[in-house]
Amino acid sequence: MSAVYFKEINAFFSSIIGYVVIGTFLVLMGLLLWVLPEFSILDGRFATLDTLFAVAPQVFLFLIPAVTMRSLSEEMQTGTLELLVTRPLTDAQIVGGKFLACLTLVLFSLLPTLLYYFTVYSLGAPPGNLDSGGIFGSYIGLLLLAAAFVAIGLFASSLTQSQMVAFLLAAFLCFFFFQMFDLLSRLPVFFGKTDDIVQAIGIQYHYDSMSRGLIDTRDVVYFLSLIAFFLAATVVSLGRRRW
Amino acid sequence: MSVQVSHLVKLYGAQRAVDDITFEVRAGEVLGFLGPNGAGKTTTMKIITGFLPPTSGEVVVCGYAVADQPMEARACVGYLPEHNPLYRDMYVREYLEFVAAIHRIPQRQGRVEEMIARTGLTSHRHKRIGELSKGYRQRVGLAQAMLHNPQVLILDEPTSGLDPNQIVEIRQLIRDLGREKTVILSTHILAEVEAVCTRAVIIHRGKLVADDSIEALKSRLSGQSVVIVEFGQPVEAALLKALPHVREVRSLGNHRWQLIAAAGQDLRPAVSAFAAERRLTLLELHKEVLSVEDVFQQLTR
Repeated sequence: MSAVYFKEINAFFSSIIGYVVIGTFLVLMGLLLWVLPEFSILDGRFATLDTLFAVAPQVFLFLIPAVTMRSLSEEMQTGTLELLVTRPLTDAQIVGGKFLACLTLVLFSLLPTLLYYFTVYSLGAPPGNLDSGGIFGSYIGLLLLAAAFVAIGLFASSLTQSQMVAFLLAAFLCFFFFQMFDLLSRLPVFFGKTDDIVQAIGIQYHYDSMSRGLIDTRDVVYFLSLIAFFLAATVVSLGRRRW
Repeated sequence: MSVQVSHLVKLYGAQRAVDDITFEVRAGEVLGFLGPNGAGKTTTMKIITGFLPPTSGEVVVCGYAVADQPMEARACVGYLPEHNPLYRDMYVREYLEFVAAIHRIPQRQGRVEEMIARTGLTSHRHKRIGELSKGYRQRVGLAQAMLHNPQVLILDEPTSGLDPNQIVEIRQLIRDLGREKTVILSTHILAEVEAVCTRAVIIHRGKLVADDSIEALKSRLSGQSVVIVEFGQPVEAALLKALPHVREVRSLGNHRWQLIAAAGQDLRPAVSAFAAERRLTLLELHKEVLSVEDVFQQLTR
């Protein structure tokens, strides 16, 4: 698994993909949070990073599918997958290595935003007047959300040889799991009856809950199950040549 | 036995891509896998490497059943797939080191350098694979297949797309490998089989039609005598077939015919008598020497 992991990491950073992903993310975040007035932290008058955690998932919605779209589709298209799966590696090791590599890249793009924390920390009046616990919880939530998006993206990539289709499918599935259940729960069929259950299937519900700084086991279990489900689905999909 | 294939069947829907194939290969043998396009060569190779599962039947590689102990079986196979898929963005060395890491080869660097030298890639080892010419890419494909020093090598059309000099080099490499290892190579270049292989398996429409040493195959070919005849006028095939000792009649067009008889039978006197009797003009009459091509064509028609 480590061989696949390091190969993928090298592929990200020896080509332009890795830098574009990190650069795009940071430029967008920087503009939205510090420059443009709409979400600006400086104009918000509160020492908080809430806007970061509101905007970051939206950016991940299209950025993570762009990271994951090539990981299996390209191997299928060029035929290298045939060589990879006939080596002494299980399909789970291949998927695991690729999952961790994509997640690492996302982590690298998230790491510099820690600077925002220190900025807001020192801009607070008095300095340090911000909800560190909430921010810590939000970071954990954002990480889990990113991991779930990566798992969904890998699954989409395992379904098709076309990177374009993989990207669109991943973006759609991520959006669906992130926000669609929240919107669906407002339909008259569910509203006032089972809307809380429908909401709880979606990512948003659990993500919001973690942003409050409370790390609830139920939310963590939800995220881990979602990630495990899509990784397992990817392994199954990769093995479909055996059907 | 390094590779044992028994009663292999692969169905694609209703089509029998591989139909009850059984053969064995020992260490020190280079087995040529022959057949027309679509005969099931590639499918069989994909099953041996464990990429595809058979519908029924079993493959045992180095004592490990591919279905039950896939990791052990895969570890002792080196595979060069058809079309030689490679990561175009990776550097030659980087790619080989990646393969070495997967196989957990001790002293990775040394082994990678050794393979680079052996496949003649030394001057290209710092290039991206995508920049290499087809011949050099083929060498990279061979290098990755041999890197972990596997007992069994499965090479699907290893010389396709190479220039004549490269073909000679690669064949020499395969012959050298074949002294200690088990090599299965597929090709439709028959001269290649004669040049490299010790044995050949011919498959046609998924069925095994021949499994013999090259010498035996050739003598099987020479076990027939073939006469080519051209008449000036149309002749009915049935009349030719009725001639004594004629086993098979094939039209070559333009009143040309190929007549096949058992070994030692010379059909020429009978044919010339036939022509005289029927007042046919005899434009051509000669005895043909059979090549591997002919045997191949006969078996896979």
